[in-house]
Amino acid sequence: MTTVLKTENLKKTYHFGGLVSRVKINALDDVNLSVESDRPVIISLVGESGSGKTTLAKVMLRLVEPTAGSAIIYDQRVAGEGAKPDKREFLSTVQPIFQNPFEAFSAYRTVDAYLQRTATRIKQLNAADSVMAMEEALASVGLKYADVRGKYPNQFSGGELQRVSIARALILHPKIIIADEPVSMIDASLRMNIINLFLSLKQQYNTSFLYITHDLATAYYVSDYIAVMYRGTIVEFGNARGILTRPQHPYTQLLLDSIALPNRKWERKRFAASDIETKEFQFEGCRFRNRCPLAEDICKHQRPKPVVQEDGREVYCHFAEKTNIQLESIK
Amino acid sequence: MIRLNNIVATYTTVRGQVNAVDGVDLTLPSGKIIGVAGESGCGKSTLLKVIYGDLAYPLSLKSGSVQYGFDGSNGYEVTTRNIQEYWFKRISYIPQSSMSSLNPVIRIRKQFIDFVGADRRKKSEMLDEIRAYVKSLDLPPEAIDAYPHQLSGGMRQRIMVAMGTFFNPDIILADEPTTALDVVVQKGILLLLMDIQEQMKNTILFVSHDMGVHHQITHKMLIMYAAKVVEFGDSDDVFEATLHPYTRMLTESLPTIGDDHVREGVAGRPPSLWEDLQGCRFAARCPLVTALCRTQEPELIEHRPGHFAACHHTEKV
Amino acid sequence: MKMNLRLKIGIIILAAFVLGSIILPFFNDVDPSQQGTYFKNMPISGDHLLGTNSQGQDIFWFLVFAIRNSLTLGVTVSIFTTLIASIVGLSAGYIGGWYDRIVMTITDSVISIPSFPILIVLGALVRGNTSFVIVGAILIVFGWAWGARTVRSMALSIREREFINMARFSGSTTLEIIFNEIFPYVFAYMVVGFINSILFVINTEAALAVIGLSKVEIPTLGSIIFWALNYNAMFTGQYTWIVAPVVATVILFLGLFLTSTGYNQLYATRRGHS
Repeated sequence: MTTVLKTENLKKTYHFGGLVSRVKINALDDVNLSVESDRPVIISLVGESGSGKTTLAKVMLRLVEPTAGSAIIYDQRVAGEGAKPDKREFLSTVQPIFQNPFEAFSAYRTVDAYLQRTATRIKQLNAADSVMAMEEALASVGLKYADVRGKYPNQFSGGELQRVSIARALILHPKIIIADEPVSMIDASLRMNIINLFLSLKQQYNTSFLYITHDLATAYYVSDYIAVMYRGTIVEFGNARGILTRPQHPYTQLLLDSIALPNRKWERKRFAASDIETKEFQFEGCRFRNRCPLAEDICKHQRPKPVVQEDGREVYCHFAEKTNIQLESIK
Repeated sequence: MIRLNNIVATYTTVRGQVNAVDGVDLTLPSGKIIGVAGESGCGKSTLLKVIYGDLAYPLSLKSGSVQYGFDGSNGYEVTTRNIQEYWFKRISYIPQSSMSSLNPVIRIRKQFIDFVGADRRKKSEMLDEIRAYVKSLDLPPEAIDAYPHQLSGGMRQRIMVAMGTFFNPDIILADEPTTALDVVVQKGILLLLMDIQEQMKNTILFVSHDMGVHHQITHKMLIMYAAKVVEFGDSDDVFEATLHPYTRMLTESLPTIGDDHVREGVAGRPPSLWEDLQGCRFAARCPLVTALCRTQEPELIEHRPGHFAACHHTEKV
Repeated sequence: MKMNLRLKIGIIILAAFVLGSIILPFFNDVDPSQQGTYFKNMPISGDHLLGTNSQGQDIFWFLVFAIRNSLTLGVTVSIFTTLIASIVGLSAGYIGGWYDRIVMTITDSVISIPSFPILIVLGALVRGNTSFVIVGAILIVFGWAWGARTVRSMALSIREREFINMARFSGSTTLEIIFNEIFPYVFAYMVVGFINSILFVINTEAALAVIGLSKVEIPTLGSIIFWALNYNAMFTGQYTWIVAPVVATVILFLGLFLTSTGYNQLYATRRGHS
């Protein structure tokens, strides 16, 4: 089976502070993920800000170098020691979509300039063929080349620009598209337009997606696999449907409980909020222990190792067996 | 009661003038959480600014006024003309991004005091009171002494909520206060707002494009489209007995966990407000559109008690 | 391009000066710097629009050529300094690493050298036995560093923006990114810097000339003032001689200033195209 995505003990440390007080933050702390499949898959990386999901995406995209560990995408070593993939081959395999569609394009260039550069430079098409490639890519996201040509970013809406972004990535027929919060800057009512597009592109182009988000509802709708992250560590990973309907890690349960669903109302009890984020990064044991209802002494000293459950998922909790409660609000 | 009298609010730009709010005429009840929903550009933030009285160039109130339902120090009812005097005391505003409305090099407590305008004697008393109030909301009182960047986004926003509600204002305006925050933090802030409202019985106007959030916290709902109000009523009615096709499209576009049926986002774009708009503004995207819709603009009528909609075909929704 | 009033006035003034200094010389066939061409100290008349000075030169024509020379010097030096500043700043800002460090060390050293005292010392050593070209070269050497630093910091902040990554993933090379992506954002600053530099060069040259440290035989705005001061024009009642160049300088500077700030204003309201 092909390795779609694999990270081994991936670590990324940032240092903050000056001479007097230096703080060390492990944005990624021994992250081990492995997804193998011969067919295209959609993997969601879910977590709040500070969880490390964006850092992981940047490592995969080779925009950031890890402090330790390695990462492989579609059998290409992209991070870690000895990772020197051929530039063209890498760009033809992995392509990004960014969070803010208006920032993803220079205000001084026409948007199709980027598409054209992608077609001629990476795919090495001549002028005529590149126009055809652009037309095809734009058509598959529901846009016409004639409508896009010669226009600047401020002539489009956020949703349209995001689609142009996707089209640019599609020109290369990449094996995987890494989408960093692609819909969080788009109105809630318009998000499904883009999300449905992911599904159809998975069918049409056999493209896998690494979908990074904090919105569990769209993750549920679209993912095959889901990895839930908290403060640089994975807390639960496995089949998406299973995890989101029967979450086992207390943090996943907390996340699910917090979504604003249009069909069920919240319980009105207040809960302790985490505000001193950087402290949590220094914890020896489980990062979640201060907010966890199941926390005990062992959680303070020992990092939980992944426990593989019956359905194949991994849960990083010392009490993985005890957490098998069906979440009230999901029934 | 907040009375919105035929409000038309205009933005003046290089290209000319555009009505971001085009004729909103409504009575909003007191003591409730009222959600204002709609796509980007529908006018909801502008409406909030008009109600707050933050009418700085290029925004101006072309016609209409707001009556706030309480009397000022001069004994007369407060309206758009003098609402600025009551900022923080009787009406407050919680912005979307606390980072862009707080001065990054001044401690939070100083900004608050400066804004409220306390004199030296009262300053330390007020600070003690603020700290006590913040504590009563289960927030760390030391946060007030911090600089804005030292707090996380969620904590900052919660402090903004605390500051905004400290004087127990009659009206609280919240413009997408949780849109930029994570779900867990968002839930915390929304629950906080709901608790405060239950205790103090203020009126909260809550703007968001997320219908899920509206469903959780609001008593009444106001739906806007292309500078006009298209539906208004009790939240339960608006969500379950929807009268306007746009509202229906908004609620249907949200994916839900555990629910596998196919969802579609709302297709198309709102009309450009620069053009001369005839008939119903939603006609171009509406699945129920008829010839009548294209020529005659529907009025906001009370179809059921307390439930208003601007549509010619509400029976079909 | 819709211009605001400030920019319009600035450009009109500059156009008048530039066109005047290019076209008018064709109507004159006498070398204005040659002394004794005319009678001395003649008042304003139809023959001599601004009269003549104590050296027998026609003040008006001397002024025209002075403006031409000052402008030429200003523009030439500014083109070079702006080019150098942009190349150095953009490359250092984007490429970073050891290249940035080396380049910035050099730049910072040049900035911290106090240019004016050095110019004075050089001028004293050379004592007017210098060519105009050398004066220009020295001004270039001292003029590029500050702009380079500013352009670099702009490039640094633009480098972090998302569309740079988009360009990289579209296969753009480093040079293409610097030119296609970063440069447009820096361009407006460069235009303003260019105009301000003209101002600075003319000013510095004039200051040097007034002290007698430039080639004062060549007509420039500074040299007129130098000679006028030398001959005590204020006390001998030859007001035209001293006032004319001062007024011309002030108006020229006004034109440069208005153009520079007017363009800045215009640019600030039009980000990108629509």
